[in-house]
Amino acid sequence: MDTKELARRLRIHVLNMTSRGGSSHVGSAFSMADIIAVLYGSVLNVDPANPSCPKRDRFILSKGHAGAMVYAALAETGFFPVEKLETHYQDGSDLSGHVSHKGIPGVELSTGSLGHGLPVGTGMAMAAKLRGDTHRVVVLMGDGECDEGSNWEAILFAAHHQLDNLVVIVDYNKIQSLASTAETLALEPFTDKWQSFGWNVVEAQGHDHDSLLESLSPSAAQPNQPTCVIAHTIKGRGVSFMENSVLWHYRTARGEEFAAALEELEGAA
Amino acid sequence: MRDCFIARLSQMAEKDPRIMLITGDLGFCVLDDYRERFPNQFINAGVAEQNMAGLATGLALEGYIVYIYSIANFVFMRCLEQIRNDASYHNCNVNVVCIGGGFSYGALGISHHATEDLAIMRSLPGLTVVSPCDHWEATEATEAIANTPGVSYLRLDKSTAGTAIKSDDDFQIGKARVVREGSDLTLAATGGILAEALSAAEELAQQGIQARVLSVHTLKPLDVDAFAAAATETGGIITVEEHTVHGGLGGAVAEALLERGETPQFFHRIGLRHGFSSVVGSQDYLRTQYDMDCQAITAKAMQLLKSNLLDLKLHAQVAA
Repeated sequence: MDTKELARRLRIHVLNMTSRGGSSHVGSAFSMADIIAVLYGSVLNVDPANPSCPKRDRFILSKGHAGAMVYAALAETGFFPVEKLETHYQDGSDLSGHVSHKGIPGVELSTGSLGHGLPVGTGMAMAAKLRGDTHRVVVLMGDGECDEGSNWEAILFAAHHQLDNLVVIVDYNKIQSLASTAETLALEPFTDKWQSFGWNVVEAQGHDHDSLLESLSPSAAQPNQPTCVIAHTIKGRGVSFMENSVLWHYRTARGEEFAAALEELEGAA
Repeated sequence: MRDCFIARLSQMAEKDPRIMLITGDLGFCVLDDYRERFPNQFINAGVAEQNMAGLATGLALEGYIVYIYSIANFVFMRCLEQIRNDASYHNCNVNVVCIGGGFSYGALGISHHATEDLAIMRSLPGLTVVSPCDHWEATEATEAIANTPGVSYLRLDKSTAGTAIKSDDDFQIGKARVVREGSDLTLAATGGILAEALSAAEELAQQGIQARVLSVHTLKPLDVDAFAAAATETGGIITVEEHTVHGGLGGAVAEALLERGETPQFFHRIGLRHGFSSVVGSQDYLRTQYDMDCQAITAKAMQLLKSNLLDLKLHAQVAA
């Protein structure tokens, strides 16, 4: 699958979904569009014809506020009809603003409150280890989300139990809800923190598909260590006026802004 | 109750490899035998309850029947959102085991007083809330919650009521047990404090008053039929719980009966009305301190029965 084309299509879906519904977090979703495209287009072993196959890889979006991007990816890869995306954030819809599993094949975990995905993913990885299963558990987190203490409990646990079937990807766009991560609760030295907790850390360029593929390949893993891929990203990536802006954590593109954003995305290579 | 729990859980783990016990670094000596016998069905999550509840959800989503175990409030309050969003919303077979309900750890201070748990857990959608009164109920509840879909909360008390078990006693989630027959009033209790209700019933009997005593081991789903029967067949209802009066057993009974239109002639909730207890002491001491012991229950019953009798006489005079 052409993951770059997939990423472009996902961004267009998300722009349409968030604008139609008047929802927030378009910048957060665009930030991870390439990560999601690489995961669903190439990395994850998941099958829309058998979404609960025991051997599937488990994927958890822990930054649930960017759930529109996962819905778009599931629709684009055949888990449900693309037309269903039009109901996102609408009255009576099951495609909620924060990702939900109810009635949506392919979603492993409903999230929305930050700091929940990694502990649950750690439990799934532990279960696989105990049973000798070989699938991987991949958890995508936000950087602001790393403020949550529950994550650090799970980070300790996963390293202690040598869960090398667990992969965390941090969408490190360096902007959180109100300001930069550096101004809010400084994460740096971020790589050192994960390493000192006993994790195998791989840094990736989060909009470079080759870099993402390499960081997520089995060769990047280390035996007996969980892996953290710190993916350097740009919030709002793909629409020039949304990039690196706190504003687009919450703002909805309407009118001329919507048209301009769509034009950029449709014209993207 | 704690020993009964682990004894039954060991039997279950032996038969079913899906049983998984996760402790939040508590259970000194108590869990040793289980851990040695079932090393692949035991995890010490460390002092990290949020992760413990998340882990439990992940394991349950993969087919395990999970018990998380810690003292008093730690096991559910610290990780309440994980229990709500993760375990319960995903309908996971996660069983939350609170060691030390009410004032079981009374001398340790308010951090260890589990006195709002029933109200909090009862409010969560999809939860089953179980609070056994004695060893038999604790043992049976341990297994029954594994066979109940979704999240269950099991409140284990240090005290035990020691009810007489009849040969045909059958522990059923959502079904209250009549542990003493009577028709003058009903004393309905949950947890080990049922012992105080039984003692009060004995004292009342010496004064010719026959109290029905109900063990309400399941607060949710509540056995509304048992309370409707108590409302119509006995003179009134007094609920007894080592818990705040807000939203626990008494609250559940009042809600259910009022909604059903089966109001008892009198109704009173024995429980905590005084806020946090900064005073510490044994479970017995604190029950006396807060008017939840046998004497307080007996006195309240006498007062309500007399007042109710006066009311009935007045009504009769007006009618005549």
